[in-house]
Amino acid sequence: MARPTSSQTVGPFFSAALLREPLNNLVPLETRGERITIAGRVLDGDAAPVPDAMIEVWQANADGRYRHPEDNLEARLDPNFEGFGRAATDANGAFRFTTIKPGAVPGRGAKLQAPHINVTLFARGLLNHLNTRIYFPGEALNATDDWLQAVAESRRHTLIAKLEDAPRARVFHFDIVLQGKDETVFFDF
Amino acid sequence: MKPPAPYRRSAAESHPPRLYPDYKSSVKRAPRHALVRVEQTLSEITGPSRWRETLWDGDADLTHANGGEALGERIVVTGRVLGEDERPIRGALIEIWQANACGRYAHPSDQHRAPLDPHFTGIGRIMSDDRGEYRFLTIKPGAYPWGNHPNAWRPNHIHFSLFGAGLATRLVTQMYFPADPLLAFDPIFQSVPDEAARDRLVARFDIDVTQPDYALGYRFDFVLRGRDATPMAA
Repeated sequence: MARPTSSQTVGPFFSAALLREPLNNLVPLETRGERITIAGRVLDGDAAPVPDAMIEVWQANADGRYRHPEDNLEARLDPNFEGFGRAATDANGAFRFTTIKPGAVPGRGAKLQAPHINVTLFARGLLNHLNTRIYFPGEALNATDDWLQAVAESRRHTLIAKLEDAPRARVFHFDIVLQGKDETVFFDF
Repeated sequence: MKPPAPYRRSAAESHPPRLYPDYKSSVKRAPRHALVRVEQTLSEITGPSRWRETLWDGDADLTHANGGEALGERIVVTGRVLGEDERPIRGALIEIWQANACGRYAHPSDQHRAPLDPHFTGIGRIMSDDRGEYRFLTIKPGAYPWGNHPNAWRPNHIHFSLFGAGLATRLVTQMYFPADPLLAFDPIFQSVPDEAARDRLVARFDIDVTQPDYALGYRFDFVLRGRDATPMAA
């Protein structure tokens, strides 16, 4: 057996290579589903903005299907949805994605997972990337989702986006807090 | 239908700790809570894989840009992307970025007083082929100072980002060069606890990879997390 290659930090100079094309709009006009915006900030242990982070998102389409050969479920593929996005944070630590709300995807056994967006975070100072998930408020499936239930109740709120009072688009706010009272839950899988 | 098999968990000594105080930037950025351990689902076993349209002509050759040839020592960097079972991983996306021969990145926040090279952008992108192989032609990057501690210098390195078959295999790392005296002083390299794992981050000079009269050659293989033998429990 070969041993896995070790992780090293992405450092501060990745943007020309990794963000050559804009990748924070996941939805061409024809994509099925409810259009949403995910907006948030990345904050460090001093609650200062992290201006040099990169966030990757991976999600199922509106019917709960991933565009991947190992997802061969009955749910429909959407030819207009890949499900992958990338964004860098700006000087205020802010990032933003335009996407659709994902459908519920299967978990273990016959159980459905609550709708979620998978997040991978990279930044100078992170020797290993971090994994978290964005869940949505008011979803009945949140009460039975295996991953949410694995998290202490006092920290679960860090995984649930907040619906902003925005006149036109549905905007979900999701901050990624690296340290401190509201430190975001990160997963090991 | 049988659910797909999850990926093996990585041994702790293979990767750096999250908090490594010698690397100053980790102090305010590394999460302090333990990670919450969970079982993989379809969300982690799947991942983006349709990269072909993001590749441009010339993405594997970093030695020409803006109508001219980059300065510095030309090198071939080649190798294979493998799973832990040593089988090739085809179609992996490999993205690289690096400093120029003088140790300067073409990036607005790089303030190092070394010249930019108008003919070197320092970025590349390819997919591994059916044998898991990849090959870049580039310039050997220079070392450069950084603010981590007094007289801190990064060893020569190339940044690599890889996507394997699933989200669980995502890897961002750095490739170093053999016999670099700065490796002993570099907290990012030294953050990997296991010496053998650190050694695997160092490319191997390979005379068979060189292009006679043109470029030196280095070999560097990647190993991404492999599958568990048993499928996910239903």
